[in-house]
Amino acid sequence: MPEEKLPDTKALKQHLIDPEICIRCHTCEMTCPIEAITHNEDNVVVDADKCNFCMACIPVCPTGSIDEWRVVEKPYSLDEQYAWTELPEQQEIGATNGDEIEALDEAMAALLADAHKGAGGKSKAPASAAKPSVNLYNLAKPATAKVQGSYKLTADGSGADVRHIILDFGGQPFPALEGQSIGILPPGTDKDGKPHLPRLYSVSSPRDGERPNYNNVSLTVKREEHGVCSNYVCDLERGDEVRVTGPFGSTFLMPDDASAKLLMICTGTGSAPFRAFTMRRQRVAAGMSGDMVLFFGARTPDSLPYFGPLSKIPEHLLRKHLVFSRIPGTEKEYVQDRMMREQEAIAEMIIDPNVHIYICGLRGMEEGVEQAFSSIAESAGQSWSSMRDAMRDEGRYHVETY
Amino acid sequence: MMDLMNVSYDTQIPNNVGLSSDKRVLKALEKWHPGYINWWNDLIPDNFQQSLVYLRTAVSVDPKGWAKFDYVKMPEYRWGVLLAPQGEDRKIPCGEHMGQPAWQEVPGEYRNMLKRLIIIQGDTEPASVEQQRFLGLTAPSLYDMRNLFQVNVEEGRHLWAMVYLLHKYFGKDGRGEADDLLRRSSGSEEAPRMLGAFNEETPDWLSFFMFTYFTDRDGKMQLESLAQSGFDPLSRTCRFMLTEEAHHMFVGETGVGRTIERTCQVMNEHGIEDPYEIDKIRSYGVIDLPTIQKKLNLHYTLSLDLFGQEVSTNAANAFNAGIKGRYMEHRIDDDHQLTNDTYVVWDLEGDEAVRKDVPALTAINMRLRDDYTQDASGGVGRWNKAIEKAGINFQLKLPHESFNRKIGVFAGKPFDPDGKRISVDEYAKGEPNWLPTPADGDYIQSLMKPVYEPGKFAGWIAPPKVGIDNKPGDFEYVKLHMA
Repeated sequence: MPEEKLPDTKALKQHLIDPEICIRCHTCEMTCPIEAITHNEDNVVVDADKCNFCMACIPVCPTGSIDEWRVVEKPYSLDEQYAWTELPEQQEIGATNGDEIEALDEAMAALLADAHKGAGGKSKAPASAAKPSVNLYNLAKPATAKVQGSYKLTADGSGADVRHIILDFGGQPFPALEGQSIGILPPGTDKDGKPHLPRLYSVSSPRDGERPNYNNVSLTVKREEHGVCSNYVCDLERGDEVRVTGPFGSTFLMPDDASAKLLMICTGTGSAPFRAFTMRRQRVAAGMSGDMVLFFGARTPDSLPYFGPLSKIPEHLLRKHLVFSRIPGTEKEYVQDRMMREQEAIAEMIIDPNVHIYICGLRGMEEGVEQAFSSIAESAGQSWSSMRDAMRDEGRYHVETY
Repeated sequence: MMDLMNVSYDTQIPNNVGLSSDKRVLKALEKWHPGYINWWNDLIPDNFQQSLVYLRTAVSVDPKGWAKFDYVKMPEYRWGVLLAPQGEDRKIPCGEHMGQPAWQEVPGEYRNMLKRLIIIQGDTEPASVEQQRFLGLTAPSLYDMRNLFQVNVEEGRHLWAMVYLLHKYFGKDGRGEADDLLRRSSGSEEAPRMLGAFNEETPDWLSFFMFTYFTDRDGKMQLESLAQSGFDPLSRTCRFMLTEEAHHMFVGETGVGRTIERTCQVMNEHGIEDPYEIDKIRSYGVIDLPTIQKKLNLHYTLSLDLFGQEVSTNAANAFNAGIKGRYMEHRIDDDHQLTNDTYVVWDLEGDEAVRKDVPALTAINMRLRDDYTQDASGGVGRWNKAIEKAGINFQLKLPHESFNRKIGVFAGKPFDPDGKRISVDEYAKGEPNWLPTPADGDYIQSLMKPVYEPGKFAGWIAPPKVGIDNKPGDFEYVKLHMA
């Protein structure tokens, strides 16, 4: 994601337990390190004044009843929760209604809505996607991460400076799913003397960490000429501390379903979520065929992030189309050009109900990709816009562009 | 520094106790390991051993790594030795040594008492797997089959937990006892399991759900009281086991709940208002509520026997020694030594069941049993809510503690489920209405037909409200190996 600003909001995400599903085993209560969970004869409840979203109670719950959240202006009291026989519905609050809340900060949600608008309607998460945690950290209470490493992904003479940055969260829980973004708070003030607001970046590591079972995430960041935050991030050195908000985003997520096929189209740092998707599949679906196809555009091989590691991923796991627009002596080729050359394969994919399509990168790529899809669909006698809308409503079509 | 949070895989046995630098125990466990694998492989039917089961495995004992879900073949499940992290400055929470630092080694004077408690706990773990070994063949869905296997592999891991303690802290004796845990076998003539309830077979899925609801809940209470132990390695072991035990409670409560839900649904579909129209209800292939009450009566009373005598000097000694605490010891507001306290227990005066004050120290078993009964009644209340919601006039209830007892003051005495002393004749006459008859068993057995298609459920049970690990309804929880 590019550099955009986001303010904070007063709405609050409240952690609740579904009394219809809970079996009152009290394992959550025993696990909670700060005694935010308590019970009476009827219900087990979470005290909104105490809960700090550490998420320690989530995996120990045998029923899944613990993983319930409502955005509220005023939190439900303990007495209200004791009296429940079922959970209340999510109330409509300001701009954030519906079941998939991308962020609690209104501007933040607006920003993600803008990034997702290329999908042509309200985005939905894949049906089998894991439930994302959203907004565990905000401006008032950011997490502090330590830089574990910063590696340049592009060659010196390539004209681009893209870096792979690894952030370690130590003891702070930071559950980020593939496809989610985090906010980075650059230090210092703007020209009006106000502190800089956070900028958003997609994580490029899978949910169990850049290194399995380490509490770290990676980012893929391109240095922009006058970008306050991108220069800050690209200049970070090992051991530096960074203030982080998020995670954000609840629809641009991958299906948790080994039989789902992924068609991923990106340019530049838009590859970040797809690196995460691919690593996730490599780690969990060992033995399954990949059923992932990637169209990845850049100017030249030495400006394409992860060119080296990508070429090591076997084709049966990830079919790769690396497309370059500035190779001297070669005709310019963009992702949409390659898509047209592969139109038969794509035509087969878009009618397959197991296929999920993801598009991520600069906004400029949208039009060409959209045209390629339209023309491929038409040659098969289909209307692209209705196919796309149906796929989107099923949580199978996702766009994140900036 | 040794990493005590994450599970280490540098030995054949995953662990967070630094086994790789404890050669003596490692060697002993490696010697025990093949016997365990043989026991497992001989037990569970082979096509299930070859199937991929969507199980959770712990990769660390902190909440973050506690529940990793993935497909695994059961014989390749990472059974290991996992202890909850050591608390700083933990003190003995009760008894005459209260307030002294918790023992990190076995206190010599309590060695035999401790060993006995660990063996009894250890003996129940493989026993339940033995009792449930054939249930996969009649699973009402892949979802239920997966839950069964999750319970089974975790009971297997609990055996490992106890065997580790025996090997680590009890030398040659301990090794012998660990071998015996694999030698005894549920229902065996020559070497049965130590506790009666663990030699009964689990013939059908309703029995399995009742067993996990009632009998595993006894296990939970025992683990709760051992988690209070002044012997810190035992406490840490049991604390981690409790997180796993919660899943077993879940399987029991929702299993019985889904059976009830389905029965109510079918009664409503066919306009049956009287829950005692048993033949008619059964003709639609569901289990009538009165029969569910009978199963409940049986399993609840069998599990009460597991708590032993109401007044017990053994229990008093274990508490006083600080080897075993009470349920939620740290939340009880008293002197934790019970020097002057009394507690109310059941006793017999003539034919009457009466409540009587005795020194609290001798009533430790009774107190744990009362906590158990309270815990168990919660789920019964939730089942009743579902019946009420369906508009059916029927209430399940826990029978009186005097009914159908083999151990304690009521042992062998005829009481009805309301706690009224009756004659032997009256008991014989009433029994078919109170406890499952062979005909009830045959009927339930007739419903036990496997359903192996993802997302489909047998007709006598409703689907769950939420999938495991938030999976969608038609998720293939077990990829069956069809040989």
